[in-house]
Amino acid sequence: MSATSSQVKSPAGDLTASINQTSPLVNGIKLALLMVFNAFLLILSYSFFYDDNIGLSIVFFLIFVLINATIFLPSLSPIRWMVPGLALIIFLVLYPIVYTVLVSFTNYGDGHLLSKAQSIDLIQERRYVPDDAITYNWEAYQNEAGEYGLWLTREVDDGIETAFAREGGSAIEILDDAAEEPPSEFDGFTQLDRAGRTQALQALSETIFGEGEDTAQIVNRREVARPLNQRFVYDDNADTITDLATETTYVADGELGFFIDQNDANNQLSPGYRVGVGFDNFERLINDPGLRGPLVDIFVWTVVFAMLSVLTTFAMGLFMAMVMNDPGVPARKILRSLLIIPYAIPGVIGILVWRGMLNENLGIITNAIADSFINYRIPWFTDAIWAKVAIILVNLWLGYPYMMLICSGALSAIPSDIYEAAAVDGATPTQRFWRITLPLLLVTVGPLLVASFAYNFNNYLMIELLTRGDPPIAGSPVPAGYTDILISYTYGLAFGSDRGADYGYASAITIIIFALVAAITMLQYRFTKTWEETGENV
Amino acid sequence: MSNDTQKTKEAAPSGGTAERDSGRSRMAQSQQEYYISLVVRLSIIGVAIIFALFPVLFVVSSAFNPEGTLSTQSFVPSGIDSVDDLTTNFQALMVDELEQFPFWNWIANSAFVAGISTILIVMISALAAYSFSRFRFTGRRSLLLFILLVQAFPNLLAMVALFLIMNDISRLADVIPQALPFLDFIDWGFIELLGLNSLGGLILVYLGGAMGVNTWLMKGFFDSIPKDIDESAVVDGATHWQTFWILIFPLVRPILVVVGILAFVGTFNEFVLARVLLRDKEQWTLMLGLFQFINADFNRDWGKFAAGALVSAVPVVAIYLALQDQIVGGLTVGAVKG
Repeated sequence: MSATSSQVKSPAGDLTASINQTSPLVNGIKLALLMVFNAFLLILSYSFFYDDNIGLSIVFFLIFVLINATIFLPSLSPIRWMVPGLALIIFLVLYPIVYTVLVSFTNYGDGHLLSKAQSIDLIQERRYVPDDAITYNWEAYQNEAGEYGLWLTREVDDGIETAFAREGGSAIEILDDAAEEPPSEFDGFTQLDRAGRTQALQALSETIFGEGEDTAQIVNRREVARPLNQRFVYDDNADTITDLATETTYVADGELGFFIDQNDANNQLSPGYRVGVGFDNFERLINDPGLRGPLVDIFVWTVVFAMLSVLTTFAMGLFMAMVMNDPGVPARKILRSLLIIPYAIPGVIGILVWRGMLNENLGIITNAIADSFINYRIPWFTDAIWAKVAIILVNLWLGYPYMMLICSGALSAIPSDIYEAAAVDGATPTQRFWRITLPLLLVTVGPLLVASFAYNFNNYLMIELLTRGDPPIAGSPVPAGYTDILISYTYGLAFGSDRGADYGYASAITIIIFALVAAITMLQYRFTKTWEETGENV
Repeated sequence: MSNDTQKTKEAAPSGGTAERDSGRSRMAQSQQEYYISLVVRLSIIGVAIIFALFPVLFVVSSAFNPEGTLSTQSFVPSGIDSVDDLTTNFQALMVDELEQFPFWNWIANSAFVAGISTILIVMISALAAYSFSRFRFTGRRSLLLFILLVQAFPNLLAMVALFLIMNDISRLADVIPQALPFLDFIDWGFIELLGLNSLGGLILVYLGGAMGVNTWLMKGFFDSIPKDIDESAVVDGATHWQTFWILIFPLVRPILVVVGILAFVGTFNEFVLARVLLRDKEQWTLMLGLFQFINADFNRDWGKFAAGALVSAVPVVAIYLALQDQIVGGLTVGAVKG
């Protein structure tokens, strides 16, 4: 029995043997690395949990489970090879999608950036000047790290009391035998001159100096008060915050995400906090006429832009591919290289150069047209129609080489005897193009056209760099322009607007774009029948 | 062609010399037509090349034009009196105004981000592709489809979420010591190198899109390598890891190069996510920096922008032109990024 087993070696047995052969040292190091990595993941997971960030906490716990399951369960060992990629997908592709959905149901945005606990902590840190506080005159100082310090003086019975207060966590220091005049340097701090002081006044007046119970704050251009009292106190049971300075009680409003004065609904404590708002963001999309107006325009233009982009680039690409297709054209390789240069140039650079050439006052193209017999200064970026023409033109320049390349590949794949047969049957060149070339081409190129449509649907780069969505739509309550597409409009809402960031509403629009992209993708798969192909492939 | 001659041969015996003559003149006519069509083709190509290259020539001209503003540009640079005048913009960009525009930082950042991302993207997708190609396990097919489908959503769409997530990661440096005080002895500041406003964070985000199309591309190539190679190696006592690393990896080098080039050019050119995630100008990549040249004042810094654009586009264009066949092959299979 033992003899047979030693003679007939199965590959699997051999594999186990080779694993056993690896030195214990190597295995030990592997195990130690795994332990360190596991510890790190659990620390991350727990810290996010501690910080009220349940989503990321779950993500890192899942990654922890994934790694250990694939290492310790033999049946999952093939997946071990793709753990890095899968972990990244979970963390940076799947979770952002989930997170976008979650955020779209909240009021997350400026004014509601923090969780409730964080917001309460922040409010409770505020101080006020009680009636019995003592006041000092002050001089401002700053050290190399940018931290502020204050030189404080006040008159007392037996002369002048001098003190130095630092920003952030060190006690106010009483100086017993200090110079009468404030020194220009003190303990690494340099005195600010008049200009510097004026510049820093805003920042200074928001800074709390000193630590613990003994804190000081600037009350006006001349005076500093010390010590300060805690102004707001949170009551856990009643879920209210009381203002000790004015004796006002603020009640938490779970729907608006604010602590609100019971007697005066307009009196809210800021910052507010994040709360779920249900479908409010989506309802605003549909019901708010101010939002709906630009949104409809923007949606229509997004579709038109994507379709025109595909049509123009495909038409020119195909045309050039057919022109180049003749073997009689000399130096074809070199000409082709020259023609694809726009595609090789980084998109950012290409678009910005066009923006310079089309500049309404200084651009070389605008000037040339204005100086020619046309004698018209084209308002490329201030007129809605011309701005759209500019976008399509620049996108044509960027995109036709790609279409040319894929079309010339597809053209050479069409068997030539079909054309010969057609010629025998007396088909004209036009008929041959519309009846043979185009249909056969679309079979291979079709899916790529759909992909190109989906890409241009979200071609944020083009819009942002060329027009930034301008010219603006007059009377829109949120920043929106005639050339904005959905994604650039969303970006403006989330980051760029003067009204402040509105992540919740931006996420709601993102979800709608998600849905549209999903629909386009489904269309693409029906087109390509990728499902069947993968079925055969796998 | 051979069909045609056959047809004329068949026709010849029945007809006389007259018909043969008319055939010849028809050939001469078609020859003429052919030349006309060639001339038309060449002039169309000429117009297209002017359209394609006009902006390129304009940038080159601007870069060497000592008059650095957009308003003073002409197609042929003017005011060049000496060789030094040619390099005015480059001098300003690379030497004189580094305080305001840290150009070398941007180049280093771009090279770092694109280089590291490329290496990791190739490694991550090669490992996954090997597993998909060589092992049979439950859920294999659904996992393959899942990876492809998930990538259909460009991570650009989730940029708001990615920004907020990266912000949360940055906060960890402060949160961990609070949550687990006994770990205070470690300096958790390094986590900020993977958060908002860091090159590490940007690389992480790029890696999120690493699998997907790349894994599919590679799996196809891996499948074409005979499995006998692996099996004989395993019989000789090699582990799967050794088989992959020593035997398979060198054999699949062509596809690794294609994926690598696509990844490098893609991450080098990327703008939107970099703009969302990187705030300080010392951290910017080249594309962000170039954008910033003309974002503030379109007219003033045009010359420096053109010089920078030239310097950064030349290597990318060179890579494209040198390897156009491989890149086109990869792009068409991947069916992405029009």
